[in-house]
Amino acid sequence: MNKHLGAQSVWFENVVSVNAAASVVGPKEGQGPLGKYFDIVCEDNLFGADSWEKAESEFARRGLDLAVKKSGLPMDNMDYIISGDLLNQSTGSTFGVIDTKRPFFGIFGACSTIGEGMALGSVLIDGGFAYNVLAGAGSHFCAAEKQFRFPLELGSQRPPSSTWTVTGHGAVVLSNLGEGPFVTGATTGKIVDMGVKDQNNMGAVMAPAAADTIASHLRDFNRAPDYYDLILTGDLGYVGRDLLYTLMKDEGYDISRNHKDCGIEIFDRESQDTHSGGSGCACAASVFSAYFWRKLKEKSLNKVLFVPTGALLSPTSFMQGENIPAIAHAVALETSR
Amino acid sequence: MNQQALAEERYKELVNAVTPDSKTGENCLRAFLCGGAICVLGQFINNCFTSAGFGKDPAASYTAVILVLLSVVLTAAGLYAKIGKFAGAGSVVPITGFANAVAAPAVEFKKEGLVMGVGARMFIVAGPVIVFGTLASMIMGLIYWFTRMR
Repeated sequence: MNKHLGAQSVWFENVVSVNAAASVVGPKEGQGPLGKYFDIVCEDNLFGADSWEKAESEFARRGLDLAVKKSGLPMDNMDYIISGDLLNQSTGSTFGVIDTKRPFFGIFGACSTIGEGMALGSVLIDGGFAYNVLAGAGSHFCAAEKQFRFPLELGSQRPPSSTWTVTGHGAVVLSNLGEGPFVTGATTGKIVDMGVKDQNNMGAVMAPAAADTIASHLRDFNRAPDYYDLILTGDLGYVGRDLLYTLMKDEGYDISRNHKDCGIEIFDRESQDTHSGGSGCACAASVFSAYFWRKLKEKSLNKVLFVPTGALLSPTSFMQGENIPAIAHAVALETSR
Repeated sequence: MNQQALAEERYKELVNAVTPDSKTGENCLRAFLCGGAICVLGQFINNCFTSAGFGKDPAASYTAVILVLLSVVLTAAGLYAKIGKFAGAGSVVPITGFANAVAAPAVEFKKEGLVMGVGARMFIVAGPVIVFGTLASMIMGLIYWFTRMR
């Protein structure tokens, strides 16, 4: 049976159940409004390592381990690990999974990585190529600042449209057996470039990609926005959210009533000084794993369209005058199928 | 204009309308007060040296050395970034800002080793200032030389 749907979507014929989800975050995230929902809140950003990059791998290692533990299966039952992060060559993930000795796909989708991982994992399971897939994504504020912006101790100011990279990791275990929530469909995003060059305004970079993917998803599945209890974007922040609503209106959809953004949920922008909100691979991954997966599990939410968004910023292409392209992937999660 | 360029132009206007502006007035005031405070501190140190009997030139040099030292110590202690967040340009423009721009990458890239980490990366922020500062002074020097020759 053909499982491809419309322009850029797939639907899953077989069970793909999100059996476990785990989140490990840094102290700032732990102090945020969702603090009590995270599985592990570490006391210090170095997490026992001696560099930010090694700490990022430690977050990945702990997050992936914990998700597997919560699934009740041994690591050896994971047929594939799919993981990514923000560091060059995805070292946050590669060093994080080194001890698992399991087959590994390293992916890069910037902050949309967890959506990309969940979609690919679901395809593997539905296609009969895997029984269990472990998908995760992580980021680290200090490592991201060092790689993309300025050294941490440089005395500079952040503009109000800037976002704060989440320190942490989120991971899920997808299985061909289980009681849900189920991944029932996915829409793979296209690279969207609307000419934005401002690396301090990632919300503006990503909003067109989010709008493009959400609208395509709704068209491909012939659904209205209110089919979903919640449309959950990754890390648009306050600026990106406002832009998304306008762009969606242009497409003929009003999503303002059932939309939330992980980047807005994770921090209190007044007391935590995070400006437009949280960002980074760990933002969508940890917020979904800690909070919204639980809401689906408890069935207080039944249909969620999870749309992690990624700004594909490269310091090199940026300095060569290129725009910042963006992407968003949508994963439909439902408690019944 | 093609479709994409038109859409980009329209989107740019939308982004500008939605994106909050930096508080320029408040930031200018903070920069003025903090930058001024750093200069007052410098003048105080300078006065101490002159009243202790040092000449004008050595007093100025020692003042700069002390301000740079102070900035580097504050950077290493993780305090200069906090000052910078509040003061903005006020703590960037004085010599302390330059010292911070050299010390901060040195701290950050220590993990990549003393030579290729600290040594190579130390000037990633301050490097352009040194390059173009030197170039500008050479040009000014040449202009001065030519105008004096007449």
